[in-house]
Amino acid sequence: MSVTSLGMPAVRPVHGQGNLHAQVAFPKAAKKELQNEQMRANIRHATHTIRHKRAGVVGEVPDWSELRDAGSAIKETVMAHLPELLEQFEQNVVAQGGVVHWARDADEANAIVTRLVQEQDTTDVIKVKSMATQEIGLDEHLAEHGITATETDLAELIVQLGRDKPSHILVPAIHKNREEIREIFSREMPGVTDELTSEPRVLAEAARQHLREKFLTSKVAISGANFGIADTGTLSVVESEGNGRMCLTLPETLITVMGIEKLLPTYQDLEVFFQLLPRSSTGERMNPYTSLWTGVTPGDGPKNFHVVLLDNGRSAVLSDPKGRSALHCIRCSACLNVCPVYEHAGGHSYGSTYPGPIGAILSPQLTGITSEKNASLPYASSLCGACYQVCPVKINIPDILVHLRDEDIRTQHGQRVDQSAPAPASQDPAVGGQDDWREEKSLTQDEGRGGQDTSPREGSLQQLGSRARRAGRRVREAVPSRGLPTQMDAMMKGASFVMSSGQRMAMAERGLPLGRVVAGRDHAIGWLPGVVGGWTDERNVPEPPRESFRNWWKKHEGETAERLERDGVSGAEDPVSADDAAARHSAATGGSPADGPGDDEPGAGPDAVAGAASESTGDPERDNIERGEGRQQNGGRA
Amino acid sequence: MRIALFATCIVDAMYPKVALATVRILERLGHEVVFPQGQGCCSQMHVNSGYFEDAVPVIRNHVRAFTSVDYDVAVAPSGSCVASLGHQQPMVARECGDDALAEDAAMVADNTYELSELLVDVLGVTDAAEQLGSYFPHPVTYHPSCHGMRLLGLGDRQKDLVRSVAEIDFHELPDAEECCGFGGTFSFKNPDVSGAMAEAKLRNVESSGASLCTGGDASCLLHLGGAASKRNVDVQTVHFAEILASTRSNPLTVDGPVELSIPQPGRRPAGRTTPAGATR
Repeated sequence: MSVTSLGMPAVRPVHGQGNLHAQVAFPKAAKKELQNEQMRANIRHATHTIRHKRAGVVGEVPDWSELRDAGSAIKETVMAHLPELLEQFEQNVVAQGGVVHWARDADEANAIVTRLVQEQDTTDVIKVKSMATQEIGLDEHLAEHGITATETDLAELIVQLGRDKPSHILVPAIHKNREEIREIFSREMPGVTDELTSEPRVLAEAARQHLREKFLTSKVAISGANFGIADTGTLSVVESEGNGRMCLTLPETLITVMGIEKLLPTYQDLEVFFQLLPRSSTGERMNPYTSLWTGVTPGDGPKNFHVVLLDNGRSAVLSDPKGRSALHCIRCSACLNVCPVYEHAGGHSYGSTYPGPIGAILSPQLTGITSEKNASLPYASSLCGACYQVCPVKINIPDILVHLRDEDIRTQHGQRVDQSAPAPASQDPAVGGQDDWREEKSLTQDEGRGGQDTSPREGSLQQLGSRARRAGRRVREAVPSRGLPTQMDAMMKGASFVMSSGQRMAMAERGLPLGRVVAGRDHAIGWLPGVVGGWTDERNVPEPPRESFRNWWKKHEGETAERLERDGVSGAEDPVSADDAAARHSAATGGSPADGPGDDEPGAGPDAVAGAASESTGDPERDNIERGEGRQQNGGRA
Repeated sequence: MRIALFATCIVDAMYPKVALATVRILERLGHEVVFPQGQGCCSQMHVNSGYFEDAVPVIRNHVRAFTSVDYDVAVAPSGSCVASLGHQQPMVARECGDDALAEDAAMVADNTYELSELLVDVLGVTDAAEQLGSYFPHPVTYHPSCHGMRLLGLGDRQKDLVRSVAEIDFHELPDAEECCGFGGTFSFKNPDVSGAMAEAKLRNVESSGASLCTGGDASCLLHLGGAASKRNVDVQTVHFAEILASTRSNPLTVDGPVELSIPQPGRRPAGRTTPAGATR
């Protein structure tokens, strides 16, 4: 047992261990998962169903927006006062006859739970569905010590029997369909015959028979917790099946593993979360089973009650003001159900116990962004914002993703040192491994070819290219700790140089016709080199235009009257403003609208070609007037 | 009004016709359009890729470009870039220790409108056929890009404007609010997922009954159009500004590859025809 420092500790908080690390970087894992068409079809069907159900029941609540505000505010309060609230919670649990244990990390939590089970002289435990115990790898740890843990949540049971991994927070077997479940049950469940059908009722009945015996014979149950109430020492689990209720009431000993962020200050705060959670989670107005328990009551329920308070990286998350709201999460999984990335890549691509958008911000924060494979997770999002829109506690997931990307880049560039102790190598197969997910060659490997690819010989462009390369060299020199800059570094540095000046943009855009040459007769570019090759793997690049707008506008800014004439809007139904404009501009340019270059003009004939050749109206005097007018206006008003 | 056009880098370099369409719409309403030549990019590519330090010069340039020219309001034909100005520029400037830049960036952002926002909320355009003479007799569906929808709260402004174009054949897009998969550098950092998302969107476009998909962000349209081209799917993309700019006298043609250049007179690309009924 140990006491963990919280808040702004003198000792830096440790990062989390356990099932929080991706084994394979997200892009590679997703590439593999995308090939599983069955999985994708199952997930698509399930997430769309829950998504629409959620939208329906959320739409019924007139004060949903206020409820979200309240949920967010309560969680902010919890994070601001976590040390005091935890101590208050401990006092109240102890006062009600419970025992409180503090676990700094997964190892400590697993050791505590294992010891408690061994003290009850049993080798079989039943489990309530729990994310925290998955996070620390409790089932595997118990198995190493000869203790068999049986998952009693139907979906968790399916996953456990199938020797699979959960792929969703709420519906861990979302990637399996009925037929696949029937096959797992027939193979793995004792006493099940070949006559088992894939009808949901039949499958549920088979699981019920299998589990009933476990409930009646097990001496120890292990649960997680949805909420812990500081001012009463009460714990709560909400569920749909009643199997959790069985575990929480029948065995002699109940051990609850709860992440320290699960606290609520007062019992009354439950009124907010009991509304937010079921509607966001299962799309139900109310969940079927809500269990609340406080310490032990003689003659009613478990005789021994232990709660293990788990840090495992949470204090480290708390110490980052920009990322800490990830700890507000109540594990409803609404963000997974609306996420198009999750829909296609599936839960396993995220590696960690926590998949989807919330996993993409929570896992790398718990483990530290220095965990190489987890550093790919903040990039596993198109930043569409659907997750933030549905989050019942308003976690701004897109903003935290961008914040973590910034942290990752600064870490790569040696500008940020993670002072927290890294997870031990034994717990994190990814740490120390090759950082191959970025799949980028270093500049020195690729410089020559890259230079040829991107530096055309034209005078000004060549100059631009060499300046960009010099900028690239400066990056290389500025990166002492994590090796050579990536292609991405060089691209970003070069783009920053060009995009921070209108003149340089104009110069670079003169290279657009080269793109037209590359596009050739297909009018499309189908292959690009290096890091941007990912673009052309999935899409063609259309033939670039002959000229950028910026460069075109310099010559044609003053042709308002011609544009209006060509569009024929003086004859449109709103002639007043159009006529006014035409008149005003005609007056200003001192000429009448004439044929000029512009948009598609079906009738443009040989007369207009002359204009094209000189890229002007064909009247030098008027061109001068117009350009002068333009400058005068800009200068006069600047 | 004197309106400053923020073309956005992608429109400036790849879709100049979209910038021109924006100009044509605004001039038609009697406004003067200026193009601050110093402008570059909103910095979103850098920010969303985590390169905050490299974003700062880009932000500083944008602020300089849009504070050194006099105008009443600024407009951009992009929900994402406009959202980035207010949502990200001040945050990044502050993060990198330049509070004065953050304040200036917020000020510029406050006066920069997404095109449909400007048209509907400021200029009072609700009927494109009536007020702009817009005419586009083709089947079209509409994809609401994420940042306009969720960060700017554009609602149905773009869609309603498109629906009000004369003789348009509008088709609703199933699962319209789902992201197309572009996501900036996400598109090549996670190409497989991004491509799968594009495929899902293209399937929805096809099932809408229209093969032309419009929207308010050139980047999403570049991604979707490029994915369709790669897969030989008969879907083309067009910015809603081009549909609003299209008139009976000067209709937007959609046969053949969507032309990106501002065509030069007499050099009409091969294979392009004016759709039947486009001229009267």
